[in-house]
Amino acid sequence: MSHYYEEKDLERFQEVGKYRADLFDNFMNYYQGVMAGGGALTVREKALIALAVAHTVQCPYCIDAYTRVSLENGSNLEEMTEAVHVAAAIRGGAALVHGVQMHNVAAKITI
Amino acid sequence: MVPFARRLETLGYSGLRAVEVSTLQVNLGWRCNQACKHCHLQAGPDRPEQMALPTIEEVIRLAERFSLPVVDLTGGAPELNPHFEYLVDRLHHLGGHIRCRSNLTVLLEPGKEHLPEFFSERGVELICSLPYYQEEMVDRVRGPGTFRKCLEALNRLNRLGYGLEGSDLELHLMYNPGGAFFPPPQGPLEDLFRRELAQRFGINFHRLYSLLNMPIGRFREYLRRSSNYDSYMGKLMASFNPATVSGLMCRSLISVSWDGCLFDCDFHQALNLPLIPGLPQTIGEFDLPTLATRPIRLEDHCYGCTAGSGSSCGGRIVSSKQ
Repeated sequence: MSHYYEEKDLERFQEVGKYRADLFDNFMNYYQGVMAGGGALTVREKALIALAVAHTVQCPYCIDAYTRVSLENGSNLEEMTEAVHVAAAIRGGAALVHGVQMHNVAAKITI
Repeated sequence: MVPFARRLETLGYSGLRAVEVSTLQVNLGWRCNQACKHCHLQAGPDRPEQMALPTIEEVIRLAERFSLPVVDLTGGAPELNPHFEYLVDRLHHLGGHIRCRSNLTVLLEPGKEHLPEFFSERGVELICSLPYYQEEMVDRVRGPGTFRKCLEALNRLNRLGYGLEGSDLELHLMYNPGGAFFPPPQGPLEDLFRRELAQRFGINFHRLYSLLNMPIGRFREYLRRSSNYDSYMGKLMASFNPATVSGLMCRSLISVSWDGCLFDCDFHQALNLPLIPGLPQTIGEFDLPTLATRPIRLEDHCYGCTAGSGSSCGGRIVSSKQ
């Protein structure tokens, strides 16, 4: 194993289901149900959300997969980049808003 | 890789045959004013292949003799053939349906500016390439400046009534992916194109067809160069959809090359893979009853027509849920 993340490993996802197949199957049913068409969101919208979340959790498999899925559902790089900015903004904002905690703690322990 | 023919065999489709010849697809030559990165024929401005007048006369005789319902003109840019207008005029006189696959930009070439009116007066159905509704993507695949020219040509066609709601002047768009990925589901993509083209540029069209890029020609070279070939072929195979087989375009279409040879499709033509030996091989030997039930030559790139919702010159073969 030359790298922790190998591109080909994504295709081996099913191997995780070798043990406790019931749990894996439950997950896959849920996953496929969530990502399927016919809901309130289009597949294209769901793919953009997934792409943004993939960047937040920094999963290279998910970034690879949902870049393709987004393109295969007609999204363009402008939209996809904007989705990543949404993720970055929320992630950055989440860090920054904890500054209130810092202020709270500082207020408590300083004179 | 499981050979495509064996894959069909396991599904009970051994010896896949045509069911009719309702479309005669005529490739008028590989010359084109563009050199798109995905072109399966590697067409371009320097290609010398052009259908000569005697072959064009044979096409006309064929359309007349067999009353073929649709003659589908393709290339290259079919409009660049010096006998293009003569052929269209004669076919129009015969009364069959004429379809022309246009790259749009050719309609702005010097000496070709009259073609929109020429098409409208003869009721020619147009299927026009437009890989996306944004300039950056289109110009990357088809060359700088292409998108703006496409918009200008589409505007001209719209002004003549092409693509307008309720109009008989049919204007359809053909989408193909700008890279090593599959086309989006046709229905949602058509909605997206309709909204974006109308809002951004005031352009209308009737239908949008999505076509998968075949792993041959210039696109194959790109796949190899970018180390995408194996994964693309793997995905084509993994996405094989048996439901597409009954609707494959080769079952109702026959393709004629610029030099009058017969093929099951334009992709086979690009690879010079003629009809199965023993069948008529040239337009001069055309025999409708034999060709309408002919066994079809199966090759591994045929996986490109059976992946997902399927792919054909008329877009997807089966609908997908979205």
